[in-house]
Amino acid sequence: MLVNMDKDKTTHRLTVDGEMTIVNAIEIKKTFADALEGCLELEVDLSKVSEFDTAGFQLLLMLKLAAQKQNKGFRVIAHSPSTTQVLNIYNMKGEF
Amino acid sequence: MELESVRNTFLIEANELLVEMEKALLELEGSDDKAELINVMFRGAHTIKGSAGLIGLDRVVHFTHKVESVLERLRQNELKISEGLIGVMLNCKDHIAELVQLSCASEEELPAAIITAGDLLHDALAPYLAITPPPAPKSANATTGAPALDCGIGPYNADASVGSSSWHISLRFGRDVLRDGMDPLSFINYLKRYGEIEYLTTLYACLPDIEDMNPESCYLGFEITFRSDFTKQEIEDVFEFLRESCVIRIIPPHSAAPTYMSLIDELTEDSWRLGEILVKSGAITQRELDEALRKQQGEPEREKPCIGDILVKEGVVHREVVEAAVDKQAKLRKPASEEGKTIRVDAVKLDHLINLVGELVISSGGIRQHANMVKDSALSKSSMLMSRLVNDIREIAMKMRMVPIAATFNRFQRLVHDSSREMGKNIELVIEGGETELDRTMIEKLTDPLTHIVRNSVDHGIEPPQERLAAGKPAKGTITLDAYHDSGSIIIAISDDGRGLNAEKIWQKAIKVGMVDPDKRPPDKDLYKLIFEPGFSTAEAVTNLSGRGVGMDVVRRNIEVMRGFVQIDTVQGQSTTMLIHLPLTLSIIDGFMVGIRGAFYIIPLDMVVKCFILTEERRMMIESRGYFDFRGKVIPYIDLAGVFNTNGGARHSDNIVVVQYAGQSVAFAVDRLFGDVQVVIKTLGKVYKEVEGIAGATILGDGTVAMILDVPGIIKTVKNSTINV
Repeated sequence: MLVNMDKDKTTHRLTVDGEMTIVNAIEIKKTFADALEGCLELEVDLSKVSEFDTAGFQLLLMLKLAAQKQNKGFRVIAHSPSTTQVLNIYNMKGEF
Repeated sequence: MELESVRNTFLIEANELLVEMEKALLELEGSDDKAELINVMFRGAHTIKGSAGLIGLDRVVHFTHKVESVLERLRQNELKISEGLIGVMLNCKDHIAELVQLSCASEEELPAAIITAGDLLHDALAPYLAITPPPAPKSANATTGAPALDCGIGPYNADASVGSSSWHISLRFGRDVLRDGMDPLSFINYLKRYGEIEYLTTLYACLPDIEDMNPESCYLGFEITFRSDFTKQEIEDVFEFLRESCVIRIIPPHSAAPTYMSLIDELTEDSWRLGEILVKSGAITQRELDEALRKQQGEPEREKPCIGDILVKEGVVHREVVEAAVDKQAKLRKPASEEGKTIRVDAVKLDHLINLVGELVISSGGIRQHANMVKDSALSKSSMLMSRLVNDIREIAMKMRMVPIAATFNRFQRLVHDSSREMGKNIELVIEGGETELDRTMIEKLTDPLTHIVRNSVDHGIEPPQERLAAGKPAKGTITLDAYHDSGSIIIAISDDGRGLNAEKIWQKAIKVGMVDPDKRPPDKDLYKLIFEPGFSTAEAVTNLSGRGVGMDVVRRNIEVMRGFVQIDTVQGQSTTMLIHLPLTLSIIDGFMVGIRGAFYIIPLDMVVKCFILTEERRMMIESRGYFDFRGKVIPYIDLAGVFNTNGGARHSDNIVVVQYAGQSVAFAVDRLFGDVQVVIKTLGKVYKEVEGIAGATILGDGTVAMILDVPGIIKTVKNSTINV
């Protein structure tokens, strides 16, 4: 698993590469929390997510809610088949 | 069972329930125990709705549902009973009766007028309904609103699944689910094997802020609308591994309620526990029951809620299903007293039985006569025993046809209630002697005459309140219906404390219509009888109740058909009482057999008071006087041989039988006395119908025909002839 972060002046772009599951949930949470610091806008690229489960879904949701709370922009710019599938099941496609 | 017979059962049941409902409604006004009466009505409406749903009478279900809702509010004390409400409910009850009748009679769509009438009644009910929640949302968008903010499962909203044929599954996952290596996703995927997920809402209100969130905990909940043909247990098994850690609630489709109800009804096990009954029908699962039982244990001893209430509150089961189970439980508990109490028997079968018993009476009479003839003591003895048994059977068979008159009387509560209101009068109907039993066929024939008489009392008898007060009477009038036995007849008394019959008015009217000779005014007692003449009415105003001059003559005719008569007692300004005298039974009687010039005649035993031997000397004396001295009273003397024109022989009558009928005693002279016999009344053919003095015939044990004397008829004829002479 690898989380890349491109830092713009105002925008942070996160790209998750590989698993996004219970296995690495603690790690991802930490990166996500860090990524939220010091930006006005957050973009998430999920196109490289290989595995996505409920834990991963919760993390994504958490990040979005946190960004909203801090009045920051939040956008998922790309999905992978695994994220799309889970979001469909949870009927949350419209949120991301 | 065929649909036809199911419908018939439903029809009978519904009608009984409706009668009960009406009774309860009418009692409601003055009653102290309103709660029980409301319960009776609610149960009635509820059962009708449920049963109608089972056999697909949607119109009935649709209409009754609102009625039930209003009753439910009454039950919950959200609504006060008012006269207006009682009026509307009475109309609703009538409408239900009509709907049930029509729906059962034919499969065709109901006439538009009925449907409009139903809608109007619904409008009339509207003020009594709560500010209704918006119509139950369609299942598909029931959960599209904002996700619930609470983490637990809220109180069960009864309407959530009304009208839906889908299951509703609420899931709240435990925090440790993910850590335990399970993922909600897999359960939802697995669920799809059992049916179709129509809609799913993910609830994440419990997700804490980023700082507090533990990424390995699960914070999610789901509301799922689910369409499936599997049972509740099977659906619950999907979540078997989550049982310990999650909150699961599975609400069956509302449309499944009738299915559970019928399953409960079909259960044959004699288990008495409510929970077990519900589990067995599949309405709840064992897990749900265990949980509810635990909850029940947790409550303080004194206010321990019922298990059924907990289950309904939890929303795992519909209230009507629990109620069905409670009914079932009650039935199981006392099968002897409840279910075994009465059985329905086809009236035709019963009539057939009574006919056969009649034949049995005849043939056992034959055996008894024969046994006496051959003088074999053993045979005599056993034939005596048999006669006694046959006698018992006859009595029981007759009793089976006897019905208490209370049901007929109670019908008039409504009539009096409605019509007194219409007339602006305040009238109470008092019912006495409701337990008096009458032959069923007689009761049917009695309804019309009674209706006429009661209507007359309401319309003409009881005065308006002001007039009553002015006359020093209580404003509230009273009509009393009473029934009792009196020397072999049944008397039905209808009395009112109204203004009584006005002899003068009747006299004037009779002169006007040319019924009487204006110069010969008969005594008042005879004047009263004129009201039974066709076309006679003294009412100044013709209302829609009475006063048209038809009615009372119909009353008399109907009563006479049953071999009865009507008597009037009235005190002007105070009261009127109509006494309907009716014979006890219609087909088998205890008779007293007498012989007149070689022919056999039967006098109904109930009417026989005493027998005397008529000595030659005494006969001479009586015949010269033309009357008989009986216990110091002068009573008419009739030689029956003369009545039947058999007086040709030189033989004179040797015995006297004193009979009493309707308070009048008469002495009949006959040749021989044979004693009491049981006889089956056979009606005479058309040719002999008009023969005076004969009510019917019977066949004796040896095949001889005996005539049954029409005592009232003879008395009447003799009376008339003496008046003319």
